[in-house]
Amino acid sequence: MSERVVIVGAGHAGISTAFELREAGFAGPVVVLDQAGHEPYERPPLSKAWLAGAVSTGELAFRGPEVYARRRIELRTGVRVSAIDRGPREVVTADGARLPYDHLVLATGARPRALPVPGAGLAGVHRLHTLADALALRAALDGARALAIVGGGFIGLEVAAAARKRGVPTTVVEAAPRLMRRVVSEPVSAFYHRLHEEAGCVIRTEAAVGALTGEDGHVTGVRLADGATVPADMVVAGIGVVPETGLAGAAGLATGDGVLVDEALRTSDPAVFAVGDCARFPLGEAMVRLESVQNAADQGRAVAAAITGDARPYRDVPWFWTDQHGCKLQIAGIATGADEWAVVGDVQERRFTVLCWRRGALVAGESVNRPADHLALRRLIAAKASISPAAARAGGFTLKDHARSLAG
Amino acid sequence: MAEVTLISHSGTRTTLEVPPGTSVMRAAIANGVRGIYAECGGDTMCATCHVYVDPEFAGLFPPVNEDEDEMLEATACDRLPSSRLSCRLTIPDGCGAVVVRLPESQR
Repeated sequence: MSERVVIVGAGHAGISTAFELREAGFAGPVVVLDQAGHEPYERPPLSKAWLAGAVSTGELAFRGPEVYARRRIELRTGVRVSAIDRGPREVVTADGARLPYDHLVLATGARPRALPVPGAGLAGVHRLHTLADALALRAALDGARALAIVGGGFIGLEVAAAARKRGVPTTVVEAAPRLMRRVVSEPVSAFYHRLHEEAGCVIRTEAAVGALTGEDGHVTGVRLADGATVPADMVVAGIGVVPETGLAGAAGLATGDGVLVDEALRTSDPAVFAVGDCARFPLGEAMVRLESVQNAADQGRAVAAAITGDARPYRDVPWFWTDQHGCKLQIAGIATGADEWAVVGDVQERRFTVLCWRRGALVAGESVNRPADHLALRRLIAAKASISPAAARAGGFTLKDHARSLAG
Repeated sequence: MAEVTLISHSGTRTTLEVPPGTSVMRAAIANGVRGIYAECGGDTMCATCHVYVDPEFAGLFPPVNEDEDEMLEATACDRLPSSRLSCRLTIPDGCGAVVVRLPESQR
């Protein structure tokens, strides 16, 4: 009898796992369970092209509905998994049904962190995670007179760019000293800060939120810890996500800001894997959790390989992107703890790359409107190529030539 | 509707009925065509939807812009004069057919 794979979650990671299983030649049943009641869809455009009106809702679907059937992927939407019974290897759904598995893949994702302040439940307070959130947010933007965004990360700034494009007065409130601090270097933070201000967005850094104020149940502003108030009839909270580890934890699997997995993405139970936003895995010396489409897609591929007997350590170079005011930022690697950087290219021309080193090793690169640099960097970082800061700062340096010399 | 034919590196032909306004990449992904990854979802960010457009159809599409040009320099398989990113190939009104060939690998 052929083995059955059950996948919980039909986001990028879950769907990638399902299709990659077929690519890898897995012939047994593949069942994907998802609590949302509709077809799987792409999330990145929700805060970018879709929000800007450049992509229709119909174009967000991952695949046409008939493709799942053609690849014999059984997609069951509107099904909530309530428990994992690891003894008999069964998942239990909310209606009490039991579904056996040989391999279980948790692709449960993450949920937006709720604003931990009074007034967070007022009408007019939005978040952006699901398509339903996005539809509500886009509709509200149409009538917004003043928008306040709490959180100067990717999501907050992408929404800010879309709002300014529609002419909505917008203020971004960020607790840290600079924008996107968690993921980018200082020069890139400074560049995007200026870009947003030039587009008419007000940015307040080092501004902690004390409460949201309201009237008749609707939000009227954001009160900062220093007592000042930013007036707003619409608030978007973009302050990060919390991994969905409830199922794993209740089943006795090891968790800790994510479902803990090894290099092959196996949890503490070898019959159970975790992938995507919910998985915390070893990368270099650290345990990390990455929220990106690349990570979701590549981990799906890695788990499919493991299930079909071709397990290898997951070591793909992480990459992320954002698009704000027409300036595309592509990040390769992880700059955490970087102690030196160099700028290649022309900041004034809005085409440059910041290279980041940690203890002499090139660990990350952030490219603004320099896609070829980005692709070269992914190869250089994967190959652990050594480039010295001095060489990068010298005239005539190009990443492409370096990547070429590597290939040659 | 246009008839978009994608020919895999090994010669498998897939023909799709594609409405005007849809990109070749989007049509390929929606129909589960193998050999198109489109990691970035069609944002000219990843160069994993690289195709070779048969010359007789090249004029149907806008010329390669600066971003696409840079990305094409960094594709997994060699760039040829017919190379395009399929996310940039939106089927125009009145287009009858298009034939594109897929590279051996995308990443």
